[in-house]
Amino acid sequence: MISLAGRDIQHAWGKFVFTGVGLGLLIGVTLTMAGVYRGMVDDAKVLLDNSGADLWVVQKDTLGPYAESSSIYDDIWRGVRSIPGVARVANVTYLTMQVQQGERDVRAMVTGVTAGEPGLPGWPPQLVAGRQITRGHYEAVADIASGFQLGDRIQIRRNEYTVVGLTRRMVSSSGDPMIFIPLRDAQEAQFLKDNDAIRQQRRRTSENPAFNRPGVPGLLDAVIASQSTNASVNAVLVQIKPGQNAQTIAESIRRWKRLTVYTRSQMEEILVGKLIATSSKQIGMFLVILAIVSAAIVAFIIYTLTLGKIREIAVLKLIGTRNRTIAGLIMQQAIALGVIGFVVGKITATLWAPVFPKYVLLQPLDSVIGFITVIIICVLASIIAIRAALKVDPAEAIGG
Amino acid sequence: MRDKGIRIEGLTKRYGKGDTAVDALKGVDMQVAPGEVVGLIGPSGSGKSTLLKCLGAVIEPTAGRMILGNETIYDNGWKVNDLRALRRDKIGFVFQAPYLIPFLDVTDNVALLPMLAGKPNAEARKQAVELLQGLDVQHRARAMPSQLSGGEQQRVAIARGLVNRPPVILADEPTAPLDSERALAVIKILNDMARKFETAIIVVTHDEKIIPTFKRIYHIRDGVTYEEAGEGIDLR
Repeated sequence: MISLAGRDIQHAWGKFVFTGVGLGLLIGVTLTMAGVYRGMVDDAKVLLDNSGADLWVVQKDTLGPYAESSSIYDDIWRGVRSIPGVARVANVTYLTMQVQQGERDVRAMVTGVTAGEPGLPGWPPQLVAGRQITRGHYEAVADIASGFQLGDRIQIRRNEYTVVGLTRRMVSSSGDPMIFIPLRDAQEAQFLKDNDAIRQQRRRTSENPAFNRPGVPGLLDAVIASQSTNASVNAVLVQIKPGQNAQTIAESIRRWKRLTVYTRSQMEEILVGKLIATSSKQIGMFLVILAIVSAAIVAFIIYTLTLGKIREIAVLKLIGTRNRTIAGLIMQQAIALGVIGFVVGKITATLWAPVFPKYVLLQPLDSVIGFITVIIICVLASIIAIRAALKVDPAEAIGG
Repeated sequence: MRDKGIRIEGLTKRYGKGDTAVDALKGVDMQVAPGEVVGLIGPSGSGKSTLLKCLGAVIEPTAGRMILGNETIYDNGWKVNDLRALRRDKIGFVFQAPYLIPFLDVTDNVALLPMLAGKPNAEARKQAVELLQGLDVQHRARAMPSQLSGGEQQRVAIARGLVNRPPVILADEPTAPLDSERALAVIKILNDMARKFETAIIVVTHDEKIIPTFKRIYHIRDGVTYEEAGEGIDLR
């Protein structure tokens, strides 16, 4: 038996391909939305991977340093390093801000790392160009997604930095490119106030009789000096020795340092489960709506194509064609339309994904799930048309 | 001569119930022998289409008897289980418009029926091509229906009606869209094929041009038929 669906498609291939392309663009958008979600999750994971940390020591009872603000003293690392099982520790600061370069600015996550000690947790693990930061001030390593190039001069708060190295896929959980600068500079950028604010604070302090006592010389200077220091970081990143249990060491830090500590899996849960949870639900809603819209469009297209063949279907029924042959004709066409749409959608999603400002990760598994979903939608959508076709009275082929 | 043809006895068809019931057929008797072409003529609303639909096993009569070949297919109820198979294997249809399947070429339009009946594609196509040769359209075997003239399309439609060698062909105004010359050519083909395949052919028509070609004519009016001898003009 010949394939009636195949012959119909062959006969009207232009209409089919055109319709399939239209459907394919819709499927492409759906696949891209899935890719955007995967990209967000991957951004979150890559942030953790690139930090090189096994444990994150943060301010007590906070979800820092990525999901909430966290501030701890920058000498805590010494005590943490002395805990058995800890291999390396490093202070780190994170601040998402607009970084200026001439007239343009780029949203980036400015990360403060201990200068001159590459390999410590928090440092970019590898560069695609240039070198690591070697000086204590005014050097930066930027992710290429920022658009900065080697030698560029960028402005962070009141200081200018020279880009000496470039990284790839070093991004925040929001997908913003990371810019690494020396820790001292980063602390200043995050905690140091502007000159007017400092002057005003000094005036307020000097007018406070508690700090400016006539009988206590040096007290005011000491208070002002303490207000001008930047002795805080956002977190201490910890690498543990091979074979050590992260949970045990985390518990030890919690107990003796009275700070909150997260393991890799806990931090992943915070980033994926809390930080991007709303965004992922939003994308999930979009995916559901797009799936419903796609199903409605496929159903409408197949229904319209079927209505255009009512007379032929009546003739086929009159001359003894079985219902399953007619149903097969419609369903096979719906599936063919789905296949054309999926191929077009996959190609378009692959082509336009790199153009998106944020990372779009098209995973093969999503493509397989997408393909199966498209086929199921097409099969379900064709049921309406099949019902219409099976209701056609063969007597319609006979006049009167 | 094979025992083919069609015979109907006391066929009635009632639409609706109670006060609104309409008797479209009121005890129709008709017999068409193998190889014979008869005309079925009547004004609009006389019951022609209802009779054709009953004969074509498309709608169920209310009462009566229908014998197709040597098989009783209806006797106050259907006597066959699979009406689709009955239509496919035992009844050929030729419509007012050819209604060819637009996405199949000429050969496959004709070969579709044997394929639906389970014949291998090659064998069905061979059978179709032979029939197309008999109807002088074999040169259009690979053409699509849209590439054919009206007369060629109707010949292909006749080939489709004949391809399963049915005992009876029901032709519903097959010459309506054709001019006199082509209309007579189609009737000649039907006569030739009826003789060649010993098929009984019932031609429903309003067409004054072809009425003189029938040797026997059934007139139908208000659901009742009566038979009349036709002129039976020789078309050879």
